[in-house]
Amino acid sequence: MKTDIILAGVGGQGILSIAAVIGEAALEGELYMKQSEVHGMSQRGGDVQSHLRISDKPVASDLIPLGNADVIVSLEPMEALRYLPYLKKDGWIVTNSKPFDNIPNYPEMEQLMNEYEHLPHKVILNVEQLAKDLGAPRSGNVVLLGAASPYIGVDFSMLENGIRRIFSRKGEEIVEMNLKALRAGKDQA
Amino acid sequence: MSKKIPYLCLPLNKNNLYTYMKKQLFLGDEAIAQAAIDAGLSGVYSYPGTPSTEITEYIQNSKAAKEKGIFSQWCANEKTAVETALGMSYAGKRTLSCMKHVGLNVAADAFMNVAMSGINGGMIIVTADDPSMHSSQNEQDNRVYGNFAMLPVFEPSNQQEAYDMIYEGYEWSEKWGYPVLFRITTRMAHSRSGVRTRETRPQNPVSVEKDAQQKYILLPVNARKRFKVLLDKQKDFLDASETSRYNQYLPIDKNSSHLKKPLQGLGNGQLGIIACGIAFNYLQENYPDGFEHPVLKICQYPLPKKQLRQMVEACDEILVLEEGYPVVEEQLKGYLGIGLKIHGRLDGTLPREGELTPDKVRKALGMEVISGYPVPEVIAQRPPALCAGCGHRDVYEALNEVVKEYKNTKIFSDIGCYTLGALPPFRAIDTCIDMGASITMARGASEAGIFPAVAVIGDSTFTHSGMTGLLDCVNAKANVLIIISDNETTGMTGGQDSAATGRIHAICKGIGVEPEHLHGIVPLKKNFEEMKQLIRNEIEYRGVSVIVPCRECIQTYARKAKKIKN
Repeated sequence: MKTDIILAGVGGQGILSIAAVIGEAALEGELYMKQSEVHGMSQRGGDVQSHLRISDKPVASDLIPLGNADVIVSLEPMEALRYLPYLKKDGWIVTNSKPFDNIPNYPEMEQLMNEYEHLPHKVILNVEQLAKDLGAPRSGNVVLLGAASPYIGVDFSMLENGIRRIFSRKGEEIVEMNLKALRAGKDQA
Repeated sequence: MSKKIPYLCLPLNKNNLYTYMKKQLFLGDEAIAQAAIDAGLSGVYSYPGTPSTEITEYIQNSKAAKEKGIFSQWCANEKTAVETALGMSYAGKRTLSCMKHVGLNVAADAFMNVAMSGINGGMIIVTADDPSMHSSQNEQDNRVYGNFAMLPVFEPSNQQEAYDMIYEGYEWSEKWGYPVLFRITTRMAHSRSGVRTRETRPQNPVSVEKDAQQKYILLPVNARKRFKVLLDKQKDFLDASETSRYNQYLPIDKNSSHLKKPLQGLGNGQLGIIACGIAFNYLQENYPDGFEHPVLKICQYPLPKKQLRQMVEACDEILVLEEGYPVVEEQLKGYLGIGLKIHGRLDGTLPREGELTPDKVRKALGMEVISGYPVPEVIAQRPPALCAGCGHRDVYEALNEVVKEYKNTKIFSDIGCYTLGALPPFRAIDTCIDMGASITMARGASEAGIFPAVAVIGDSTFTHSGMTGLLDCVNAKANVLIIISDNETTGMTGGQDSAATGRIHAICKGIGVEPEHLHGIVPLKKNFEEMKQLIRNEIEYRGVSVIVPCRECIQTYARKAKKIKN
């Protein structure tokens, strides 16, 4: 068993919080893991990515080789497409549909959706809206993780435990809200 | 699923068995920090710089470090950091100093001379190099500094080794009486993996060596002796490299189905592969079922001669995989490049610049790289930018409006968030070279005839390396306007404490800036016209003027507000 995941987004959106939950789940599953992150200059509103590799055997490279990613999980629809060279031919894209438009030349939504037309496996959802509807407006990231959960190679129950551990110090209410967000995301996948 | 033993890329030697504690997810940086704490650290002295910052931050936030009373306050710059660390080592305690690669340039005077004096308490200097320049102005490879100072260099290949090599590094440092240069690169610093920690060791007591004066007073009479000691020590360093479990020659198993064979495009000789530090991972990635060539893994320098000889005897050609400059490749190749065929970054087998990736290594190994889907043409670049609401924005908006009134303005800037003023919509700056160069370059350009010559520097960079340049300007009565854009933090690296906070006006006055040409202002929309007038007036003053726009970084402000709310 080996899953290579690219997490994508814009600096400040919080892709690392998704990585943290998956990491906790992988640890619980006694799996090997490597996860490379972007810190520093790019965090200031630039494009950011994280390579997350989970396996039942030792992981060698901290970076995913081209054409190897099983899934791209993105908080932003254009950013997901930036990493297509990493995606396996039969890989999945799970992305937020709402653009983060902080540049003057952001493409038209229609152009982006045309690109998605050509890809065989995708889940496109408005995570902010779904989170808002749940009454958990700050749990968009967790909704996205839920939607990606069938493709990331860790048991759903372990993801739930990961949420419990990471949010426990913020109180039971926050934990429950995020568990709800995770399940709602899963229902969209 | 069954319990897993911790992954080490190579089996532990029987003599090296030790007790492992529980496994935790650590960034490479965090593994280094935790190892230093566990090894009995007494103080870490650093200046923030990507990708090294998280090491010191981890120690600052560690409950265990607090309980142990480990010193961890940020220093004004890397030179003061290394010197302070040396002071602690002089007093017998274990110490750590961390910096980004260009930070070691600032600390180079201290670094080169601590190689002469040697140390007492264990001392490790971490250099976090940034090949591909993710957040840096160059991609210098600081293994070169290790050679230059003739000190041992450790370069771990994974997070567990980062932990172990720091832990053991303190023992080595004390055994040798010399510091260790510990080199990591961005991927190691910022990649997370499971790490098992070891039992904690107590801190050293205070103790100064009996012959301390002969070691630490580097007058020529002592320095000449110390240099001989350093030269003699080289064989100990080499011996340690040759017996290190982190340097391993892995010959091809004769019974293996894999035969050593030449690689496509690299001639017909038997090929051996040298992989340094993290490059070993990329090599492994491409041989999931075992290597097909003799491999020499190198994580400790000086280069292990014994293992190199073994490889040369078994192979006709060598491919060198190393992150950064072709340091090993050049050493093996020799100046004229005659003799054994060496492949790597110099002959184009690998690109000369940029960090390695599993794909670059794969290509060098003659294997096919199969990319997924192409990047669609509609994808736009998304460069980093100053945050909405950032005070630097107000400064550049005002400055840009005023300098439009002049024909030949040049804005000399510096290293920090405000360097992003180079990008649209501001396009406000003309230079960014090194820490502090804004003020000094402005003076030089002004004396060459540039008017107006304006420097833009941040608060933390000012106290790091700008103060001495300001003194030069004052002494020369240079015609410069210096804007110290003060956000009360070290912003670009994530908001660490700035040594300058609350001190800038006093420093400028003390250095001799005339009080009537030293101004503070809050960079807000409502003060826009006032700020413009101030800039205009001070450009017109023929002498040294300093304007200090001061408003807290909105990132640190938001973080504090959140903390108070919780």
